[in-house]
Amino acid sequence: MVELIDVINVGLFAATLRMATPIAYGALGGIFSERVGIVNIGLEGMMLTGAFTGVTVSFFSGSPWLGVLAAVLIGGLLGLLHGVITVRFAGNQVVSGTGINIFALGFTAYMSQVLWGSRGASESVSGLPEISIPLLKDIPVIGDIIGTHTPLVYLMIIITVISYIVLFKTPLGLRIRAVGERPDAADTAGINVHRTKYLGVIISGMLAGLGGAFLSLGHLTLFVWGMSGGRGFIALAAMIFGKWMPFGAFGASVMFGFADALQMRLQALGLLPPQIILAIPYILTVAVLAGVVGRAIPPSNYKPYVKE
Amino acid sequence: MPKVVPQIIAILLAFVVGAITLLLTGYSPLEVYGVMLTGAFGDTFGIGQTLTQATPTVFTALAFLFAYKCGLFNIGAEGQFLVGAFTAALVGISFNGLPFFIHIPFALIAGALGGAALGFIPAVLKAERGAHEVITTMMLSYVALYLTSYLVNYPFKAPGWVAQTVSIAPSAELPRILQPTQLSASIVLAVLLAVLTQYTLCRTTIGYEVRAIGLNPSAAESGGISIKKGMIMALTISGAIAGLGGAGEVLGVHRRFIEGFSPGYGWDGLAVALVGGLNPVGILLASVLFGALRSGGITMNRVMHVPLDIVSILQALVILFVAAPMLFRYILKRGGIKWWNS
Amino acid sequence: MDKKVISPFLFFILVPSAIQMRSITKTFPGVVANDKIDFVVDKGEIHGLLGENGAGKTVLMNILYGLYTPDDGKIVVNGKEVEIDSPRAALDLGIGMVHQHFMIVPSLTVVENIVLGREPKKNRILLDTDKALRDVKDFCDRYRLEVDLKAPMHSLPVGVQQRVEILKALYRGADVLILDEPTSVLTPQEVQELFKAVQALKQQGKTVIFISHKLREVLAICDRITVLRRGKIVGTFKVNETNLSELARMMVGREVHFKFNKEQPEIQKVVLKVENVDAVDDRGLPALKSIGFDVRSSEILGIAGVEGNGQTELVEALAGLRKITAGRILLDDIDATKDSPKKRIQLGTSVVPEDRQKRGLILDFSVMENLMLGSHDKPPFATNFIRINIEEASSYARRLIEEFSIKTPDKDTLAQHLSGGTQQRVVLAREFSRNPKLIIASQPTRGLDIGATEYVRGKLVEMRNHGCAVLLISADLDEIWALSDRIAVIYEGQIVAVKDPEKTNESELGLLMAGGKSG
Repeated sequence: MVELIDVINVGLFAATLRMATPIAYGALGGIFSERVGIVNIGLEGMMLTGAFTGVTVSFFSGSPWLGVLAAVLIGGLLGLLHGVITVRFAGNQVVSGTGINIFALGFTAYMSQVLWGSRGASESVSGLPEISIPLLKDIPVIGDIIGTHTPLVYLMIIITVISYIVLFKTPLGLRIRAVGERPDAADTAGINVHRTKYLGVIISGMLAGLGGAFLSLGHLTLFVWGMSGGRGFIALAAMIFGKWMPFGAFGASVMFGFADALQMRLQALGLLPPQIILAIPYILTVAVLAGVVGRAIPPSNYKPYVKE
Repeated sequence: MPKVVPQIIAILLAFVVGAITLLLTGYSPLEVYGVMLTGAFGDTFGIGQTLTQATPTVFTALAFLFAYKCGLFNIGAEGQFLVGAFTAALVGISFNGLPFFIHIPFALIAGALGGAALGFIPAVLKAERGAHEVITTMMLSYVALYLTSYLVNYPFKAPGWVAQTVSIAPSAELPRILQPTQLSASIVLAVLLAVLTQYTLCRTTIGYEVRAIGLNPSAAESGGISIKKGMIMALTISGAIAGLGGAGEVLGVHRRFIEGFSPGYGWDGLAVALVGGLNPVGILLASVLFGALRSGGITMNRVMHVPLDIVSILQALVILFVAAPMLFRYILKRGGIKWWNS
Repeated sequence: MDKKVISPFLFFILVPSAIQMRSITKTFPGVVANDKIDFVVDKGEIHGLLGENGAGKTVLMNILYGLYTPDDGKIVVNGKEVEIDSPRAALDLGIGMVHQHFMIVPSLTVVENIVLGREPKKNRILLDTDKALRDVKDFCDRYRLEVDLKAPMHSLPVGVQQRVEILKALYRGADVLILDEPTSVLTPQEVQELFKAVQALKQQGKTVIFISHKLREVLAICDRITVLRRGKIVGTFKVNETNLSELARMMVGREVHFKFNKEQPEIQKVVLKVENVDAVDDRGLPALKSIGFDVRSSEILGIAGVEGNGQTELVEALAGLRKITAGRILLDDIDATKDSPKKRIQLGTSVVPEDRQKRGLILDFSVMENLMLGSHDKPPFATNFIRINIEEASSYARRLIEEFSIKTPDKDTLAQHLSGGTQQRVVLAREFSRNPKLIIASQPTRGLDIGATEYVRGKLVEMRNHGCAVLLISADLDEIWALSDRIAVIYEGQIVAVKDPEKTNESELGLLMAGGKSG
């Protein structure tokens, strides 16, 4: 007999924070990109490639941290690619992002086959350790939820705060917001619009890559085909739901993380056919987008900026 | 310069980068491409398979195109394709003793309706709530994947190991037109649909309104066109087209619903639409290219053991290279006015 | 020394020119915007750059400000030849510009907009907001420009936003200020305040270039005036050496007719009745407050007002594009309040929108397809409401092209390839050929040259003479004067007065437009 306590327990909430992490990374990345006026549909592909790169580098070097670094760099590189296509060539942002996603899926599967002879999963690699924050972990209940996690989880929280500070308390953030909202005004103010856009989209790639590294090195310790599983898209929904603000996106990510964690628990308990449960996060995303209070008005103007 | 030049350059560039990838991973590009080419076009069987692989992409490409003309990005064609395939299979299975000229259209319509439903939901959400259709169509694609997976693994599973339904009734089968290949009358349907799509877009009020909304929603609205109705219509029809594709695949090729039967035809559709220059004729041509990639790829995989995913990589590269110049000239033309007023 | 060698020397010593633009040429596809223009501005003067819409004034100044690069010619600033390739370069040279469309970021505050690009830093990373506030306040005091620095830009009225734009240029070290059509969005009273500010700038030693097409204002504020016509310089004059009619003639090149032949109508009935209508704008703020008026057949009701007093929302409400929150709109005594744009077209409403490229035309559609818009799903264009009858559409298009003298290679040419005036003809052709009962014309001659303007006005009068009710909304007071049978003034979403043109004058209207009460 399955009791409610088997499902709703401290472990669920700890898992919520874990599962919120990749989504939050993606959402924060999405914010930086959209705030400079570039829609980044390719977060999914950047996350997946980050996951793969993390595992690969960890495999060859033995160090998961190098893997994380590599994931961040590769993510940034893909962000740069997206930037070149959309900024330099004024290419269509959705098409470019989708292209990156398809590329990531195919490339990671291909390389997986080449390296490990298996399209489905890589070998297991050294993953990231878990750390416990002293004092924090001793608080009853809360301590169990947030006291012990992979460092990337704590890093996510730190980056959320940093993102807010950067966007709203620094000159850089001011310029980012100006470039996204009125590139012509920013240009007149002497700001290099294109460079700022590149910066935003590269940061978004780096954060997405970091999220991917968490999936393959912090959460599991291997690469599985398509392991980002649509989280890049869910991250976009979290970003919208959070009204393009870092803390809002974090909150929304926690909500989606909860759905993800719940889904895994229900699956493990065999309560419902796996497919039904797996579909929950996606249905939730659609529901969120359908029910967003008022119309979610993005802060930016997404037209490519072309000068005479 | 002729309009096809950017696409051709994009294809060439994609093959070059693909070649580099192959080289770096220990394969000979010339050999691989050679085997793909002979596999795709070398004999009747190859050509038949190429066309068979091309057919479903025509549907998904037309689906993307139709929504695109209204300014909407339907990237959930894969899910709409699957749902359409399933509903068609359902009709194919569930009725016996119907004459084929009733059963086939019935199944096809069921397929179209299934896809339409999956297009309708994001359409309404976009029209009424402003929900970005890129995300909603994508999410529903996942939902469709899991939904059909559930249905084919549980309630409608045929006895045995494989996750598939029982066969459809013979009266629901679309005839094979090139033995011994799998090429079916579905390709005729595809060509007809391409013509129908072009006609609808250019010679009907629905097409006029869809295009008007896609090009200038403000002016369209002032001209009395209902943007909401137009968007809903466009995405729903788009879903229906994709669903029809799935139906054609089930009725003509597989004759049952098998889990995982689509290697990503929905995604191919996006690439085919772009490479085809976003018009029905180009789509027909581009679909042959991508069909060749797939069928040639299967041969290549079998003979040389190169992972099939190189096909996805090539596809993605084509998309990325096409994306850049495709709208570049378009933007330049309007660049002066748009920038100043933005 | 040779005379030829001495004179440039003397020129340099005797005439302290801040800016010299020599032989500047700039072409865009199909049009020569600047044709070998020589333009000299002295230090410390207020120099007016006068010309019609499309004469090339803004293009010339955009070149000076680094937004465009000239095809030919050179620029000399303070005696040194320079190349200005970006606004930043212009600012480094001390040249600042206040554009017609403000370059502001709406969601940022005033002070953030001003310091953008030169933000003071705290600990090298954070934004030092306090220092920014202090520094900008300094400038405000020095130039006597009062603004609430912490307010978000989008919440401020247009006149204040303009003040911020000026502050921005000054903060960045501008010695030369280019003002592009600064009074187009101001009430007459705000214009006076702007003039005072400009005089204060001159006293502080700044140089001002005042771009305008408004003769009276240029004469009132400037020391010297340069007239541009069709991309070429006509001449430069000291203000006391010329007058209004001379300037008008130079601007336009020929006599301008302002009178139209209007027949007296026999019977008039009310075609449009607006009763106590409330509406909000895009930000949710009230735009129309219990507004009420009527328009009769065979008359032109001109609504005069400074832009931003609800005109845009009024037109949208009448066209069915904006829901109203209270009141009624009656077309021919039928309650059309909740009707869709489609229904209103059926009831006989035609709209000439203020932004023809955004609302009036689909630029990627052909002329023929644009001419069909609004009637595209009805016979004779559509049979069975689905199939489009190409033959009918073609012959209709050909007929209209001839009737309205639409200058296009053929009916299949895309609208984006037509000139502004021609595009407007397409809009008129489409709207007027439906034999409407009511025409709503919003800023119908904006951005058009004199020839096109005369044509449009003539057509409006023609429709009026045929019995049509015409609602004319225009920021151009001359236009209102020339065309209206009755003049209404809109201020803050209400009609504050309805006047007979014979019984009022410009200053009374100006006062009403600014919210004052008439005598």
